[in-house]
Formats: sequence, C-alpha cells, structure tokens
Amino acid sequence: MNRNKWFILLTGLIIGAFAAILVKMGNPGNMGFCIACFERDIAGALGLHRAGIVQYMRPEIIGLLLGAMLTAMFSGEFKARGGSSTLVRFIMGMFMMIGALVFLGCPLRDILRMAGGDYNAVVGLIGFIAGVGGGVYFLKNGFNLGRAEYSHSNVGGYLLPIIFAFFLFLLLKGTVFNPDAGGPLFFSVEGPGSMAAPIGISLGVGLLVGFLAQRTRLCLSGGIRDFILIRDNYLLIGFLGIFAGALVLNIAFGFFKPGFAEQPIAHTMHIWNFLGLFLVGLTATLLGGCPLRQLILSGEGDMDAAAVVVGMIVGAAFCHNFMLAASPAGVGNFGQIACIIGIIVMVWIGFSYREA
Amino acid sequence: MDKLDVRGLSCPVPVLRTKKAIDSGATEILIVGSSQVSKENVSKLAVSQGFTVNIKVDNKDLWEMEIKK
Repeated sequence: MNRNKWFILLTGLIIGAFAAILVKMGNPGNMGFCIACFERDIAGALGLHRAGIVQYMRPEIIGLLLGAMLTAMFSGEFKARGGSSTLVRFIMGMFMMIGALVFLGCPLRDILRMAGGDYNAVVGLIGFIAGVGGGVYFLKNGFNLGRAEYSHSNVGGYLLPIIFAFFLFLLLKGTVFNPDAGGPLFFSVEGPGSMAAPIGISLGVGLLVGFLAQRTRLCLSGGIRDFILIRDNYLLIGFLGIFAGALVLNIAFGFFKPGFAEQPIAHTMHIWNFLGLFLVGLTATLLGGCPLRQLILSGEGDMDAAAVVVGMIVGAAFCHNFMLAASPAGVGNFGQIACIIGIIVMVWIGFSYREA
Repeated sequence: MDKLDVRGLSCPVPVLRTKKAIDSGATEILIVGSSQVSKENVSKLAVSQGFTVNIKVDNKDLWEMEIKK
C-alpha cells in the first residue's frame, strides 16, 4: 500500500471514530454523520418543511463545507466553475434526496448503520452497489452532463459558503425575528432533530472532516465506481476505514446491536431499503459523486455541485411536505411512487445524455 | 500522437476517455485537462496501464500531460 492509501485509510478511521463520538455526545443513533439527514434537518431549520421532529441547523454540514473551502483555498485549488447542466443537476439532487430519505440515510450513514449492526443497511448497500453499477453502464456508453467552465470571477464559488456561514451566525447568535411564530431558524423539541452534539464539537469535527475529505477526494459512490470501472481500490479503502473506525468505537460505547428490527432511525422494508439507495447510487454516479462529495466540491468552488446541494435541501422539503420520506414505521405509498419515478427519470437522463 | 481534451469534464469521464483511447491502441497521447482530481486520476490510470507520464503543464486550473508506452 502506498502513502496515499494509508492516508485515506487513516481518514476513514478518523471519520468513523468521530461519527461514533458524535453519537455519544448527543447525535441520533448511527447518525454521527448523514449528509442527507442533516441537509433535511437544515431544510427544517429554515422552515422549508413542517416536520417538527427534524429541524436543526446542523453545524457538521457547515463545518464540512467551510473546512473544504479553507483547505481548497490554501492548496490553491479553489476556483469557481460551473455550467455543466446545472438545472439538471439540481433536479438530480432532489431525487438523490428522495432516494436517501426512502432508505433513511446517505451512503455515508449506510456505512455507519452497518457499523452499528443494522442489517437493513446491508440491504441498502447491495442496492447502492447495484445503482452505481447502473450508473457505470451509462458512463461506459458515453454519458456526460457536459463541460464545466472556469469562471473569470470566484464570487460564484463563495456564495454557498457565505450563505452557510450566515446560517452559522444565526445559530450562534440565536436571534428570533418573529417572537410569535419563531424563526428565522426552527428547532425540534423532540425527535431526531432535537438530538445533537454540542455546537462547537459538531462544527470542529465538520471542519476536520471537510479538510480530510477534500485532500483525499473521499467519495462513496466513486469507490464502487472506480473498482468496477478500472479495478482501482483507493476510494474503497476510505470506505473500509469509516466502517472499521465506527465499528470499534460502537462496540466500545455499547452502541453495536446486530439485527434487522429496532434499529435507530431505520425501517425494515427490504425492497425500499434496496431501491432507495439504488436511486442514490445511480444518481450519484451520474453526478460524479455521492452527497458528501457534492458538499466538498461545493467548498472548492464547484457551482454545479452547489446546485446539487441546494437541490438536495429543496428535495428534502418536498420529501416531508409531500409525505415521501420514510419513518421507522416504513415507506408510505407516495414515497414508493416517488422513488420509482426517480429511478425512471435517472434512466431517462442516463440515456439522453449519451455522447457518441 | 493522439490528442485528448478532457477540460471541464467531471469525474470519471476524463479517466474513461483516456482508457478508451488506450484500449483502441494508442501508445502516445497528449491529454489536456483542468481539474487536479482528473490529473491525479488520469495519471494513475496511465501508470497502471504501463505508460510513462510526463506532465508538461501543471497549473492549478490547467494541465497537460504526455503519456507513452
């Protein structure tokens, strides 16, 4: 193993370990990190949906974005770029969120759930691998969303980080604009949205992981994709590191409880665990990266990735307003229909954007 | 020498284009790209396929490399 592989293994171990520590410090079960769930909580904190139990301005997400931005700036990689089918990516981000909320987690949380003994996450992983395989089929047939262009101004790349920095300011300041109805930020008083590690720790861990993920290019769909396409296991090693790091600390903390039933924030509808992450894997592969990677790329000035992040936040609002998101009781009819529509739309995009 | 322009293409399209060129029998390719990630990935692929990599331009937002077998 060369130096880079040791570094991404170490990165994975650190992320996995901190994920378990964040749960220990107050985050919901098997949810030290979940890009999808946390962006959904942010949608709730902004009042974009009215599901009272999932509203919180998650500092982990802000830390990831700002950590990646600072790292990219210091390494000279920060450069505003965009223009590769931006609206298509926005819509794909919405569907990626629908898939994630049908499963109840992004690919990163899938690993963390497996490391907590949640067998439903293994079903999800198989769906995810199948979805990435589907995406690879389109890539091999010449799929691409078009070229991005470097912008002559970096302002566009700073927009999303500035907006998130403002949200952090609102969170820390705690100002209430409307004493009767609450806001600008809304916070759950019960449920997963009310469970959180202290702000400083969440933010600090987010910054650290943002740095590590930017340097290593950590990406969960990319790991499986590269292995299928060119037998390269570099990103997969990061994957294994996250699993091992979280597993060891989960056992130490007594969080490890193997089984299908009674897992934290999870359901046991196998078909929908499979299809939810199938949709995420397919979409992520067509987009060039999983939800985590999209967030990190946004920090590097990639405005197309930022469109995916905003699409995911908006998608999360639709998920709850339209009753698409799953709950521990399972996936409702509307969520099942939306997930199937998502897969059909991705196949349509996958075929349509082939280039000879 | 074959030429390949992968500027502005997102992961993993630059790698796939390079692989396609290699698979079609090219032994000398000049590749132009923009992102650091694609530079790393393309050169990793080239080395794994037994090519020598010669990076001729190495800016943060533009690179050029020659790969040869």
